[in-house]
Formats: sequence, structure tokens, C-alpha cells
Amino acid sequence: MSGEDKILDELAGKKYKYGFVTDIELDTIPKGLNEDTIRFISAKKKEPKFMLDWRLNAYRNWLKMKEPTWANIHYPPIDYQDIVYYAAPKQRTKLNNLDELAPEIKATYDKLGIPLEEQMVLAGVAVDAVMDSVSVATTYKDKLSELGIIFSSMSDAIKDHPELIEKYLGSVVPQGDNYFAALNSAVFSDGSFIYIPKGVRSPMELSTYFRINAAFTGQFERTLIVADEGSYVSYLEGCTAPIRDENQLHAAVVELVAHDNAEIKYSTVQNWYPGDKEGKGGIYNFVTKRGICAGVNSKISWTQVETGSSITWKYPSVILKGENAIGEFYSVAMTNNYQQADTGTKMIHLGKNTKSRIVSKGISAGHSNNSYRGLVRVTKSADNVKNFSQCDSLLMGDKCGAHTFPYFEIKNNTATVEHEATTSKIKDEILFYCNQRGIPEEDAVALIVNGYAKEILNNLPMEFAVEAQKLLAVSLEGSVG
Amino acid sequence: MANTTLEKNNFKENIIKEFKKFENHLNSSSLVALHDLRKDALKHFDTLGFPDRKDEEWKYTNTDLITKHDFHQDFSINTTSLYAKEIKKFFIPELDANIAVLVNGKYSDDLSNIKDDSNKIYISSFKEVRKKHSDIFNTHFAKYADYKTNSFTALNTAFACDSIFIYVPDGNKIKDPVIILNISDTKKPNTLLQPRNLIISGKDSSVTLIDLNYTVGNNHSLNNTVTEIFADKNSELNLYKIQSEGDKSFHIGTTQVHQEEYSKFNSATISWGGSITRNNLNSLLNGEGCECNFDGAFVLSGNQHVDNHTLVDHAVPNCQSNEFYKGILGDNSVGVFNGKIIVRKDAQKTNAYQSNKNILLTKTAAMNSKPQLEIFADDVRCSHGATTGQLNEDELFYLRTRGIDKKEARITLLFAFASEIIQKIKVEPLKNILFDMLHNKLKKGS
Amino acid sequence: MLTIKNLKANIENKEILKGINLQVNAGETYAIMGPNGSGKSTLASVLAGKEGYEVTSGEVIYEGENLLDLSPEDRARKGIFLAFQYPVEIPGVSITNFMKTSINEIRKYNGQEPMNAVDFLKLLKDKAALVELDTKMTKRFVNVGFSGGEKKRNEIFQLAMLDPKLSILDETDSGLDIDALKIVADGVNKLRNKSNAFIVITHYQRLLNYIVPDFVHVLHDGKIVRSGGKDLALHLEEYGYDWVKEENKKAVTS
Repeated sequence: MSGEDKILDELAGKKYKYGFVTDIELDTIPKGLNEDTIRFISAKKKEPKFMLDWRLNAYRNWLKMKEPTWANIHYPPIDYQDIVYYAAPKQRTKLNNLDELAPEIKATYDKLGIPLEEQMVLAGVAVDAVMDSVSVATTYKDKLSELGIIFSSMSDAIKDHPELIEKYLGSVVPQGDNYFAALNSAVFSDGSFIYIPKGVRSPMELSTYFRINAAFTGQFERTLIVADEGSYVSYLEGCTAPIRDENQLHAAVVELVAHDNAEIKYSTVQNWYPGDKEGKGGIYNFVTKRGICAGVNSKISWTQVETGSSITWKYPSVILKGENAIGEFYSVAMTNNYQQADTGTKMIHLGKNTKSRIVSKGISAGHSNNSYRGLVRVTKSADNVKNFSQCDSLLMGDKCGAHTFPYFEIKNNTATVEHEATTSKIKDEILFYCNQRGIPEEDAVALIVNGYAKEILNNLPMEFAVEAQKLLAVSLEGSVG
Repeated sequence: MANTTLEKNNFKENIIKEFKKFENHLNSSSLVALHDLRKDALKHFDTLGFPDRKDEEWKYTNTDLITKHDFHQDFSINTTSLYAKEIKKFFIPELDANIAVLVNGKYSDDLSNIKDDSNKIYISSFKEVRKKHSDIFNTHFAKYADYKTNSFTALNTAFACDSIFIYVPDGNKIKDPVIILNISDTKKPNTLLQPRNLIISGKDSSVTLIDLNYTVGNNHSLNNTVTEIFADKNSELNLYKIQSEGDKSFHIGTTQVHQEEYSKFNSATISWGGSITRNNLNSLLNGEGCECNFDGAFVLSGNQHVDNHTLVDHAVPNCQSNEFYKGILGDNSVGVFNGKIIVRKDAQKTNAYQSNKNILLTKTAAMNSKPQLEIFADDVRCSHGATTGQLNEDELFYLRTRGIDKKEARITLLFAFASEIIQKIKVEPLKNILFDMLHNKLKKGS
Repeated sequence: MLTIKNLKANIENKEILKGINLQVNAGETYAIMGPNGSGKSTLASVLAGKEGYEVTSGEVIYEGENLLDLSPEDRARKGIFLAFQYPVEIPGVSITNFMKTSINEIRKYNGQEPMNAVDFLKLLKDKAALVELDTKMTKRFVNVGFSGGEKKRNEIFQLAMLDPKLSILDETDSGLDIDALKIVADGVNKLRNKSNAFIVITHYQRLLNYIVPDFVHVLHDGKIVRSGGKDLALHLEEYGYDWVKEENKKAVTS
């Protein structure tokens, strides 16, 4: 409740408040991409040879691939040679403790409201902070390692746990899966790696905060979470970037592996810079996220609140392989001004008695376009599958678009697949009712939209839910009247 | 559908070559304007080629399985070659109707029975059109079905010849339905037929059309039909399409409707015959106050494949559309439902509803459902629902506790499921034969 | 408190209110009765500021100010409350959250600090008890899945929470059984005091057995055609509206 108050209080200063630039010395390479770029990145990170080979292989694949055109998004061609593929804040390579973190970086995260000092930390959240290409700090590492939980930057994991990386990296999203995944596989710079050993429930939320700071820089992070038998982890991801006139590319890959009886809850609050009112600037967010419920009774749950980016292209998916596995997708996607979002999920049912649930809430305002695109596939071998999908769209104003593109491919007669979708606007009667109780239009809209998204927000851990509500209110700015 | 080793075919090249032959058969008095249109369509067909499955609109229907056959169109067909008694079984008992018969796409004067001579309705071949209503024909022909982007429409337009023109002048309400009996004579192998129909209902008029598709003979055939419908202000038009062709028949049917203010278009598309069937049904709601109802049922067995592909395009405010499709899939059959609703900018106060429900009877049947909403106006009410599942076990059990055996109980429930669509048809004698057909199909299938 | 002078209003160019005159004083309760289509609900909507109504002439003075110049939310903040005939559903927004937002908006307008959580919860509990509303209900989404009676009780609960100066009850009795009616009326009676006023709009007299009005006005064809004390309501109950209509017709034709 107190969170909801805060939102309304903070509605006054509604601008993209994460749009500042940190002035910090950078370790960077010139724009452009070729095999030498990849060798440079790999060498810089002191990677073992298998990693370099893996990257080069991905790069060669990528050269043969074409950018996808099927999504309902439009943008000028991206010049992949006009991007900086490595930029890192100059910093001692490895920190012994957080006090050694460059003060400018620490200040950046303070400003973002992300606590890096453990004593100040929100109760029970371990944070990995990634700025531009590299992880700058990981908190609570020691406490977690006592339980055998590995929570580290991807760069460290490649050096410290090469056997796990070699086994799992690319096992869910193969290098050649799609154009952006291939590019990421070639040039990914950092990200988070999590391994939860057998039978361990992570005692705290694990969180990565991604920050794009440098200009003309692409961010290509790679996240891998492996939950071994009977384990549980809840992971949160947040993203921001400075206000810049040019578009910046973000092409991440996230892979989740849940073994027998394991559960992974993955929550995202995506608030990359969305561009200005005229649609200038903003992040191109082309992300591949996929999890596999490899073991029996495993569960993967994606929750996302998407308010940022000028373009969003992402479909967090679950491959339901183990018997009785459960896949869930809860999404709120809000677009305003000239934002475009084409987002949804894929639930691929391979195993018997697998279940999936999809709840998507789209909100379009301004001149934006918001598309839900989702696939439910039931293969021949998957008996007694159950799926339920609910996709709602809310339109605000008559210059935006809301689109729903669900696909159902059912090859087993024991499946029960149900889908419902609605498109509507906020009714004048509801607004008047709120007005009559003294609530002005803009606040009433924020209230109603948060109510509309309630089912999704309830799935987020408390701290994130508050942030997500605020973000929705902020994103609504200028959409009323 | 997983036939990956397709033989290379020359169907496209051959059919383009045959255009010369076709020209020679055309009457020399052929309208210049129409023929220019044909040539333009052929050019577009050449550029477009046949769609493959990378084309989002053809994701679930593999046209290679059709176009691998080298089909030929018989331009010199003698329509009396079919004995009247051979097609008599396709007539609907106890129904007073005007019957227009097409054999392999060509209008047959001998077989048709146009009893209405009151000048309230004109039913004729394209040839006759030139004498009487060439202005109306020219205003509407090829204006709605887009041959520039759709290759099957382009192919049809290139060879458009002696099919049916129906015109209901303003204010005329036609009581007796018009049957378009669309016969594929497949006694010769690899027959291509390309019926091309133009139907105009004038202001304040009303008419009911029954489009029956049947096959005689037992060879492969491709029926590539295009029907254009113009429903003028305040007119009401019912179109019931029954697709009951043979096991070796391929059917690509495109119906493009253009609706003006306060017009009402009701359709039912019933498919239970054919090998691969694609029913394209599109309506452009171009005037305020329109109503558009698409209903459809498909009951499939064996290796049948039916793809219902619909588009309701709300271009203006204050219209409503309803779409309701139901499928029953047995054996190794595959069903596709692709339903798109577009609500254009400014098409406020639109009410659009869409539903697709399917029952899979076997482990080897499959259903692909793709309902889509594309909404660009805010003051609208749009929703869609889709379900795929099996027969309700509780209902089945309930019937069995009342002494009905399992097979009969299944048939009863499936019959009830599909008959909901047929029930909406307003022509009783047609409804009756459809119920019979449904019952027979279910009896055989389950 | 409120003076309505010769108020005329249209909906879609059709004149519904044809010259209403009404004086409302603090501490008093007014019943507005009339047959269907007489303009009762239109009057309520115009006073609350609903869009779609065009005021063609006349004025409404509320506490010395021209009411018709104010936005709906400002009218609410100045103490006008409309209990809706058909309260809307607001999915995902709990009654608690809704009321908190509402109260704090009104407080902000009056230059007060937001109410703290403890005080708010106390208020919520007290007022829920007053209208015999289970506090569990306040956790539910506004009117979502409520029965007709629950919706009306929720309106009176909100009235109690916001403590308005002028309350307009638009057909609050419609769709209520006798028990629900009593509870609603009890709630209203407890809230009546020297400094507030109520306008009770109703078709039937039965609500007025429980909320006893100081004045009764009969609305017919967009005009107040009869005024009197509570006895007028009883008379209407007995003889129906036809005699009013007849008399009015005579008055017009003569």
C-alpha cells in the first residue's frame, strides 16, 4: 500500500530520470566488428581457448544470417560496423571489496537507487552490477558461496567454472538460433552466471542491474542460470541507459536450465531509455530469452514489466521437456510516444502432463505500437497438456496500435488449450467515477492502469513491484487528454 | 505435410505458356479493357509465383503439394459433356432456386435453370454481360480481389472467362436463393478450373447465394475460384459455401467482399470434402453501420487439410463483425484457422468478435490456430477466443449413463458441436441436407 | 449551500431539463421524485459534472461559486458526492487503495498533508462499521463481482469515508431488497448533521420511509411541478404519477 502512495507522490517529477551520463574514463576499442574484434574481447577477458573458438564459430554463422523481418517493428537499417563492441569503465580488474569500486561508478548506482554496499542493501537482495560491457560489482558473493551457490559475472565464471560454462552455454539458445543470438554469442561482453546446487533454495533474491553508459556502444550481455535438482532461485533484472539522440543496440541472451524438481523465477523490469517524445534516440532491445524445464516437475516462470526501449523484440520462452513441468509467462508491456514493442512468449510442450500459463497485458499510448506474439506448441509426444492464455490490450488515444498474434500448433488430442484476448480502452464512466471521488484524470489513469496490470505486478518480488508501478505511472506521462 | 522430396515442377511455366492458347480460344470480340487486365494479372502472377511456407500467410498450408502436379485448363470444354443426370444428385431437394451451373469454371446455359424472368435479378455468363450490363461489370470487375499481391488471384484473373455474373438491381429483394453449382469434371487427369464470379447487390436489395462445390470423376484437380462481391448501401447478402469435393481435389477459394453503409453480409463456409482446401474469405467494411458475420465449420478425416483464412477489415467507424469457426479433426487431418481483424485508425465504435473452437479426435490429427487482432482505434470492443481440446468426458459419461453407447454418444456430441454453425443458415432445405451430410461424415469418421 | 436557477440542459440536442429551480440548505434533506424519464438522473449528472450534458441556460451556485465552471474532481474536492445509480467496476484497484487515493487528493486540494496509514485504517474500520460493511470487502476490487446491494452499500461507505457537504443519492434504492435498503438508509441517517445536506433521488416512496426528507419535489418532463413536505411522497405512493402528469398537462394547455 505504501508503495502505491509513493507512486502517486512521485508522479510530479515524471521524466526519464535515469537518463544521466556518468563521466568516467573508459577502456574501449574503435567501432566495428571483425574476427580481430572478437579475438580482442576474448583476450581482454583472458578467456580459455574453447571460448574464443565458440565465439568465432558464432561470428561466422552470423555472417551468413539475415536480420529477421517478421516482427511488427520498423527501424532504419542498423550499421553493425558503427557500433563499439567493447567498452569498460577503467577499473582494477578484480575487486577485493566494494570499497575499491571507482567512486563515480558507485555514485552512478546510488543515483539509480541500486545499493552496492552490503550494509545498506535492501533486505536479502544480492546484486551484480553490469555497466556497458563489464560487471563492476557483485555483492553477497561470500555469503552465497557458503551454500555452494555460484553468483558471479559471466567473465569470472568462464575463468573459474569453465566446465559448467562449456556444458551449458548455448545449450538452450544455440549459437545459430537467430540473428541477434548469433551476434551476442560472438561478442558478448559480460553478464551474470548463477548455479544453484542440488537441494539448495537461494536464501535471497539474486539481481543484476544492467546499465548502458558509453555512447555508440552496444550492450551484449549473456546470462546463464542453472538450477540443479530440487533447487530454487528467484532472479531479478533491471535495466537503464542515459538519454542519447542516437539509437543504441542491446542484444542479450538469457538461458535458464531447470533440472528435476527445480524452480526458476525470472523477473525483469526493463526501463532502457525509450527515446524522446518525437521518437528520437532510445535503445533497440533485441533479446533472446529461453528456459528449458529439463527435469520432471520443474518450473520456469518469466515475469516482465517492459516500459523502456524504443524497440522491444523479445519472447521469453519455455521448453517443457520434463514430465509435469510448468511454464509461466506474465507480462506487462507499456508503450508511449513512438515506442514499438513486439513481445510475447513461446511454450513448447514436449513432455507429458506439462502445463503452461500466459498472461499478457499490453498498454499502448501516444503513437506507439504494441504487439503480443505468442506460440503454444503441443507436440505428438506431449499427452495431457494444459495451456491457458489471456492477452489483453488497453488503448489510450486513437493514434496508437494494439496487436495480438497468437499461434497455436496442436498435434495431440489430449491437449486442452484455451486462449482469450480482448482489446479496449479505459471507459469514460470509470474515469468519471474516479473524478467524482476527487481523483484527477492523470492520477485516475495511473490508478486504473496499475489495476489492469495487477495480476502481473503481484508476481514480482515486493521491491520490484513498487518500482514497476512507478515506472508504469511515469511511462503514462503525456498519454492523457 | 512433411513431404520434403518434391519433384521439380513446371506448373507455373506451363500455365504461363498456355496463355497464348487461351487467347486463341477467346472470342475476338473480347473486351479490350478486360483483356488488358488479364495480361497485367499474368505479369503479376509471373513475378509472384506460388507462395511458400516462409510466407506468413501460408505458414500452415504447403502449396508445393498442390503445384507439384502439372494442371491444365481445358479452354475448349463443351459444357454439355456432362449429362444433366450426372449432376442432378447435387441439387437440393424441395428448394425453389435459380440454378447456375459452372462446369470447370465455364457457365453452362444447358445445365443452368434460371427461372426468374421478372428482371428482378440478372444471372448470366460473362458473355451475356457485355450485352446488358457492361458498365456495371466494368465498374466492379477485379476491383476488390487483389491480383497484384495474391498469386492465386492473379492466376485466376489472367484466365478469367465465362463464369457467372449476378446483379440484383436497387431495391429488389430476391426470395428464392441462387445456387451456384460449381462442378469439377475430373474425368481427365490434372484438371485446372478457375471459376471467376462477380456478384453485385444493389442498394436496399437482398439475395441469398448457395455456392456448392462438387466433383465428378476421380483424378487430381485444382479448383482456383475467385468470387468478388459488392454489397451496396443497406443491402443484405447471404453466402453459404459448401465445399464437398472429391478426395483428390485441391481447392483454393477466394471470396472478397466489399460492403457499403448499413449493408449486412452473412456467410457460412462448410468444408468436409477435398484433399487440400484453402478458403480465403475477406470483407472490407467500407461504410458505417455495416454488419459482417462469418461462420464456418469443418469436419475432416483421412489426410484432409483445410485452411480457413479470414480477414475482416474495419475501415470506418460504427461497424460490427462476428466470426465463429468450429472444427472437428479426425484421422490424420490437419486444420488451420487464420482469422485477422483489422480496425483501422478512426474506425471508432467498432465491435468485433471472433471465436475458433476445435476438437481433435485422434493423436495424429493436428490443429493450427492463429487468431489475430490489429487495432489502431481506441474506442472499440474487440475480443477473440480460441480453444482446442477433446470431447468433454463428463458430457460423454452423462450420455452413457442414459443408456447411449459410446460411439453414438460421441456422434451426438460432435453433431451438437458442429450443428451450432449449420443452425444459423436461413435456408431450411439446405440446412436439412447439411445435417444429413454432417451425420454421415461423423458416422464414417468415428 | 446550493442554489439552482432556471437550469436547462440537453443531451444530444434534446432538452431534458427545462428550467429547474431548487434551493438546498445545510442540515436538510431533499427528495426528488418523478416518473421514469422525467430528468432525475440527468439533474444528478449535471450537478456532478458528467460529460455529454450541455447546459443551455440557468446557473448553479454552490457555496457562492459557479458550480458549472468546475471540473468533476474539483466539485468532489469541494464536497459534492454522487452515489451512482450504476457504480462502475474498476478491476485491480482495491476499495482501500481507491479511497486512500481519493481522500489524499481531497486533502491535498485543501492544503492538508496526506493521511497517515494508522489514521486511515482507523477511519476505514469506523466507517465500514457504520454502514455494516465487512472490512474484508475493502480489500476487494472496486465493485468487481459485487451484487447490486453490495455496490450500493459500497457507495454509502465511500460517502461515509469522504464526509461530503452535499450528497446526491441517485436511485440508491433501486435493486435493493428491504434489508439492504434499511442498512443503506441507516448509514445515511447516521451521517446526517447540521452542516451537510442530502438530495435523495428516487422513483419510489419506500426509501423515504427510512430516510425522511424535509422537502419533497416532484420532477416531471424536466421541471419541478410539485413541492411539499414528506406527505407529498405518501400521496404519490397512493395515487401514482398520473395525476401529476394530468395536472401538468392541464397547466400547459390552459
